[in-house]
Amino acid sequence: MHRFANPARFTRLADRILPFAAVGTVVALGVGFYLALFVAPGDYQQGESVRIMYVHVPSAWMAMFIYVAIAVASAVALIWRHPLADLAAKASSPVGAGFAFLTLVTGSLWGRPMWGTWWEWDGRLTSMLILFFLYLGHMALLNAFEDSQRGYRAAAILALVGVVNIPIIKFSVDWWSTLHQPASVMRLDGPTIHPSMLWPLLIVAVGFKLYYLTVVLLRIKSELIAARLRALDLATVKAAEVQGQAVQG
Amino acid sequence: MTRKRRRLYIVIAALLVFGGATALVLTALDDSLDLFQSPSQLMASPPPPERGIRLGGLVEEGTVLKSTDGLSVSFRVTDGAQSVPVSYKGILPDLFREGQGVITVGNMGPDGTFVAREVLAKHDENYLPREVVDALKESGQWQGEATQ
Repeated sequence: MHRFANPARFTRLADRILPFAAVGTVVALGVGFYLALFVAPGDYQQGESVRIMYVHVPSAWMAMFIYVAIAVASAVALIWRHPLADLAAKASSPVGAGFAFLTLVTGSLWGRPMWGTWWEWDGRLTSMLILFFLYLGHMALLNAFEDSQRGYRAAAILALVGVVNIPIIKFSVDWWSTLHQPASVMRLDGPTIHPSMLWPLLIVAVGFKLYYLTVVLLRIKSELIAARLRALDLATVKAAEVQGQAVQG
Repeated sequence: MTRKRRRLYIVIAALLVFGGATALVLTALDDSLDLFQSPSQLMASPPPPERGIRLGGLVEEGTVLKSTDGLSVSFRVTDGAQSVPVSYKGILPDLFREGQGVITVGNMGPDGTFVAREVLAKHDENYLPREVVDALKESGQWQGEATQ
């Protein structure tokens, strides 16, 4: 881990991974959505509305996965002070917020015809909404301070505190009575979803993962370049000042 | 102890304390975090009629009665042990049928009938193509839809 904390080494590695991640994203999402929207059968109860699930479920997985990734990066940044870990957390939260938003919107669209309501304050829906707000808070804190280091610090603490919400989201449907159904894929006794529907779901999930990888690598890279530019500007200003003083003197 | 090691311990301790506190709060809140009550819970402690509650369970087989105006419907909600009669006037969700899990929102009437303002259908965790269900039914292996 410490090896890749070096920006130059990170950039070289990212440049090597990026083409594969980008092509993989396009292929997996292309194949996944084609299977999900055209090949997979309708559900015996939900009919064609089941296709919303192919976006909703992988988005929810990603929203939780990215949050855990941010929490781990934040812990690394707080404990070992790796600047790259701060950048990774910063690069991730808008992507996670996007996935959380997509989860909430697609869930609402599915809930109206199936449940008969757009929204219900049950354990699963509420904890997912809290996750979305945690992302917004994380982004807000990052930009709330003049001194970016203090912003990173505050956001990292928020990310670590908020991580208790992740098991609550996962187990809300088991702990309490909820409107939301229990897990269909991640369960001990095997998936309760037919293979013809499970495969498209998993392929879309892989596509979303690769998308996250692509975007997060690009965002970290651009943050590193921006930091270098700032450093260069600062050096130029300093040099000019020194020159100015020399002329005056 | 190096500073890094000390920070590691602080982060772990903080996470444990905060996680433990959250677990305690959730345990204390327990029942109040439930979205709905079962017929047994409702029978055990009947709420005052003015308080709005959510009653959840399965629509009991053979109890759904639709009135001639096409809007009013009455049925019983059961959890296997107890059942509560429910009356409702309005549009039912697509998934509503006998044996389906439902959540009804409303008040307990003075005559022991639950007057629902809203009926929500619960969906279970099973995803199956229609053809597979038809094939299962044909071979007699279908376990029924009330598996939640």
